[in-house]
Amino acid sequence: MNRRGFLDGVVRVAGLLGLGGLAGRLLHRAQAAHTVWQIDPWKCTACGKCATACVLELSAAKCVQFYDICGYCDFCTGYFEPQPNKLSTGAENQLCPTGAIIRKFIEDPYYEYSINEPLCIGCGKCVKGCTLFGNGSFHLQIKHDRCLNCNECSIAIACPAEAIHRVPASTPYLFKTLEGKK
Amino acid sequence: MAAPLVQRFPPPQFTETGHQLPTLTGSASRAVALDYLDLGVLLFALALATWLVLRRRSRSGLMALSVFSLLYFGFWRKGCVCSIGSIQNITQAIFDSGYAIPLTVLAFGVVPLVFALFFGRVFCAAVCPHGAFQDLMLLRPITTPLWLEYGLRIFAYLYLGLAVVCAATGGGYIICEYDPFVSIFRLSGSLTMILMGAVFLLGSIFIGRPYCRFLCPYGVLLGLASSVSCRRATVTPNTCLKCRRCEDVCPFNALNNATPKTDSLAPAPTNKTRAGWLLAVSAILLVGGIWLGGLAGTGLARRHRTEKLAERVHLEASGVAQGTTAATAIFYAEGTPPEKLYAEAHALVDRYVLAGRLCGAWIGLVVALKLITLAWRPRRPEFETDAVRCVACARCFTYCPQEQKRRQTPDAESDGLEQWNGGESTMGVMECWSTGVLQRNFATPGAQQVLESREITPSSVPGCASAAPTSASSLLM
Repeated sequence: MNRRGFLDGVVRVAGLLGLGGLAGRLLHRAQAAHTVWQIDPWKCTACGKCATACVLELSAAKCVQFYDICGYCDFCTGYFEPQPNKLSTGAENQLCPTGAIIRKFIEDPYYEYSINEPLCIGCGKCVKGCTLFGNGSFHLQIKHDRCLNCNECSIAIACPAEAIHRVPASTPYLFKTLEGKK
Repeated sequence: MAAPLVQRFPPPQFTETGHQLPTLTGSASRAVALDYLDLGVLLFALALATWLVLRRRSRSGLMALSVFSLLYFGFWRKGCVCSIGSIQNITQAIFDSGYAIPLTVLAFGVVPLVFALFFGRVFCAAVCPHGAFQDLMLLRPITTPLWLEYGLRIFAYLYLGLAVVCAATGGGYIICEYDPFVSIFRLSGSLTMILMGAVFLLGSIFIGRPYCRFLCPYGVLLGLASSVSCRRATVTPNTCLKCRRCEDVCPFNALNNATPKTDSLAPAPTNKTRAGWLLAVSAILLVGGIWLGGLAGTGLARRHRTEKLAERVHLEASGVAQGTTAATAIFYAEGTPPEKLYAEAHALVDRYVLAGRLCGAWIGLVVALKLITLAWRPRRPEFETDAVRCVACARCFTYCPQEQKRRQTPDAESDGLEQWNGGESTMGVMECWSTGVLQRNFATPGAQQVLESREITPSSVPGCASAAPTSASSLLM
């Protein structure tokens, strides 16, 4: 073996040990299960960045309706403009720019509001309306059938409330609960 | 708004209809097993690439693997997770004790480096979707002058330094943010990034792998690992004939010329003045790098959200900026005293300046070492692939006359798919092979002579009647 080969070998072994040491050091903190991005609904301010900051043309963040806390109001502040002409499904009265909320009469005076997911662009206008004046049952969540799980979420960078974090993939959603904020 | 749940309106009692509340369900995320599948595919592809480069010596095999990697890691997995980006995850895991790195990401970062330590840059050859994409686009290669090659390669070291600085200080993942190809893999992204991807792709029709050579931060690490590898791609399976064909065909400037026999040259000058100058320049480069790095650190700190917020809050407090932004509104609502934020931001800037100085020292060191190694005159009996720059694309294999001979020998391991000119290969044709630019003479195995002159015409070579006008580029594919 010549001198060059010997030196290469020494550096190679050192490199291997270094890599092994690094991997070993990080391993005990590493997660076996993978993680996914999710919006903490208690931190979210419905600023509207979700609609535009996602790398996907149609954002992976969409509105979800947590029916258990919905008041089923006739005048839903997440559905209607602040001063609607009439409490009807007319487009001019709706807050949602894409008409993605379905308003269904259940019984007097209750209406059920559900999200037509393909239409939702995740702008959070309804979330803001519902959270400011209503029960806050509308909230934004990252949909994992759409999310690409980028190494760094570009909505998370843009989020002024730092509401987006990685969560374990086994519990990929942070839905609001009746118990409220943990 | 971040308040406990207030139910301003009581939940309804559906006395008439007995309506049942629908339950809220979300679509499941990608199964964990699929992450391990990715890792398995990576390991398999690396092993296959190693075999194709070192044993099979097959360019077409590598191209097939490139297509697969491009489709799987690129368009199917949308370029995430990738080894290039994993540098940042690993850096963050080192510096941020609260960050738990996913196992697959750690493996994606470490495994190709281990392969490079043993077998050279086989990851670049056909496993990395970025490399595969550019390599497959390379149709009309042009040669880059060496001074430009060396100059531009510094950007890769710089990019690595900046990425590590940003990831270590919580300033985001710049490799992912400014990745030119990922928006193409996703088929969506900002206009700037798509345009940048298009520029890189169109550029790589002519310039071999511009991203890999001049920007890729992972390529820097792989190159360093590859420089001490046990085995790596070798041009010739036998003795080098010094025919210079490999030098012509390599689009990446990754071939080192054989040095002429020393007795034919004057002994290498031992210039003490030059050595002194080099050392002085190295010192200046180091100090300058540290100084510039400190300045750059202050600028980089502004990428961090805490620094951004602190600056904005300060502007609003001093009355320069009117109104609040979404971030400052949230900050005021939380009621944290601004002084605490300012102190945090100051500490952050200090960290950035330190990191920037280290990064500057790294760049200074890289440039200084490059200058010093340029002054070296290594003795090289044969044409060989550069340990750092060679991405093991296997183009030179097919062009080596010794390789042609090996493939035509029946007892040799033969690759039927890659017969020269569809199996009609003769040494005569090859001797008269013309690049379209330069007429070359190829020494026969018996001659074993180096013909330094580049002005030899085919007619001047005995036994070669006419040149076969074949352009290098059409042979490449």
